[in-house]
Amino acid sequence: MSALPTLSPATRAPAAAHAPSPAAPVEHPEPQPWWGVRTPIPPQRTLLLMGLGLLLPLLGWLALAGSGWVEPVFMPGPLQVLERLHGWYADDALLGDIGISVLRVVAGWALAAVIALPLGLFIGTFRSVQALLEPLTEFIRYMPAAAFIPLVMVWVGIDEGAKIAVIFLGTFFQMVLMMAEDVRRVPAAQIEAAQTLGATRAELIERVIIPSAKPALLDTLRVSMGCAWTFLVVAELVAASSGLGYAILKAQRFLQTDKIFAGILLIGLIGLVIDQLLRWVHRRAFPYLHTRD
Amino acid sequence: MVNPKLQIQGVWKFFGRGAKRITALQDVHLDIADNEFVTLVGASGCGKSTLLRTLAGLEPHSAGGLLCDGLPITGPGPQRAMVFQHYSLYPWLTVMQNIRFCRQLQVHTRGRTSADVEAASGRADALLRLMGLTHVAAAYPSQLSGGMQQRVAIARALMGRPPVLLMDEPFGALDAQTREVMHDLILHVHRLERSTIVFVTHDVDEALYLGQRVVLMAPRPGRIDTVYTVPLPTQRTQDMKLSLPFLALKRQVLERIRATAGMQTDLELLQQLSHARSTDLAPGPDA
Repeated sequence: MSALPTLSPATRAPAAAHAPSPAAPVEHPEPQPWWGVRTPIPPQRTLLLMGLGLLLPLLGWLALAGSGWVEPVFMPGPLQVLERLHGWYADDALLGDIGISVLRVVAGWALAAVIALPLGLFIGTFRSVQALLEPLTEFIRYMPAAAFIPLVMVWVGIDEGAKIAVIFLGTFFQMVLMMAEDVRRVPAAQIEAAQTLGATRAELIERVIIPSAKPALLDTLRVSMGCAWTFLVVAELVAASSGLGYAILKAQRFLQTDKIFAGILLIGLIGLVIDQLLRWVHRRAFPYLHTRD
Repeated sequence: MVNPKLQIQGVWKFFGRGAKRITALQDVHLDIADNEFVTLVGASGCGKSTLLRTLAGLEPHSAGGLLCDGLPITGPGPQRAMVFQHYSLYPWLTVMQNIRFCRQLQVHTRGRTSADVEAASGRADALLRLMGLTHVAAAYPSQLSGGMQQRVAIARALMGRPPVLLMDEPFGALDAQTREVMHDLILHVHRLERSTIVFVTHDVDEALYLGQRVVLMAPRPGRIDTVYTVPLPTQRTQDMKLSLPFLALKRQVLERIRATAGMQTDLELLQQLSHARSTDLAPGPDA
């Protein structure tokens, strides 16, 4: 028996901390399940699936049209639609139709936004304004915009104002309620912190509530833009002589299904472009929401 | 107490009305001295946060008197800045802009001279350094950890030199290590700024370590149960948490909280339940 105490594993353990770093481990391949609940999938697979999701319907459409099973009148092929689109463009009417439709949608939407923003802000900020205006807005929201067309014609007439008015009616009331909700979702702690720093009521609105709600308000504007486009065809029911919705309605009279297809696809495409544009504005205007370190 | 900073004189607070009326605060009396650090602790529903919010002026009290420097508190103001548990920072402003937020407000811009502006800029820099935030001055709050975010919130509250700092569980969402660091930081701030701090927490260790006095509140109805004076020197160190006077007081406070909370683990019942053959908790035949 030695008089010197032997090193127990416990006393030797700290020395291991200074040992050279261990050899690189043999890594397992990362599992990439197809059906993992909320598990990430590799980026290549994401791209592949996104491409397939868009390409397959197009191929299906091509095959269906090319097979001759379906009458071209019911289901024109993609090439036929493209051809019609080219003809529409060559007639010099396409760009004009797009221009006037975009103008109507944007005008109706912008008018709604300009009035809805202050209203939403006040409903979301002051309980008294909420009590006064919200029930009425909720009520009108459920009235179909299309049913207002005869009234709009009587009140506004049948020129551009009428089309803009229909789009306004279709989007405005939704917008007010959504914006009021955006304003109500400003965290109470943000408001109360400013109050205990000495902010006045006007300063609370200007320096806390508006900047805090801004990103959500822009999102509401983006969603409402989609809503506005859905009212385009309805709006162009009113004594129109141009526009995408009008072109679709006219094509229906002549059973030009390829033109109907072209019109619908165009509206979808323009909507998508505007949506992406507003998303881009969101990223530029609110960089703090898009920082991922 | 001569010239207390804050006076709470028989304050009552009711929520709701009629049969559903709840007494959140019942006849609360408390004087808080200038530069005192008082912690409010108690089981949930004891009204500690409500009391703090009435002191801030964010919640009107139903009866009694609330005074700050002898003047009645009628609403929130820059003399009593509040620090919240979370969601109070402005995500669209950088750390520096958050800290300087109060400088844009009329209370601070009225009659401002260029010397004031310079002093404020110096103070913002000093607060950044004090809070260890210099390297993230240009970052947005969302890029910071929870502990760093609370440092920004404290710096923002201190910017306007409020004589009173009200803190509502400011470290409740932080991990234990970060919290210890924040405790020493806030004690340092208290010595440096000579502010009066009222601090709400449900963590007894925190209440004892930070407070010169610990106010224990009891629920249903919310009221002050006991006021303890912490038998530790003003200059605290972490190892005091293991000292005998600290532990003795901690035992006393914990026992009192358990007694007032009306919530106690019934160990006997738990034993019975987990051994009863008839229940599904009993081990299966193959266990």
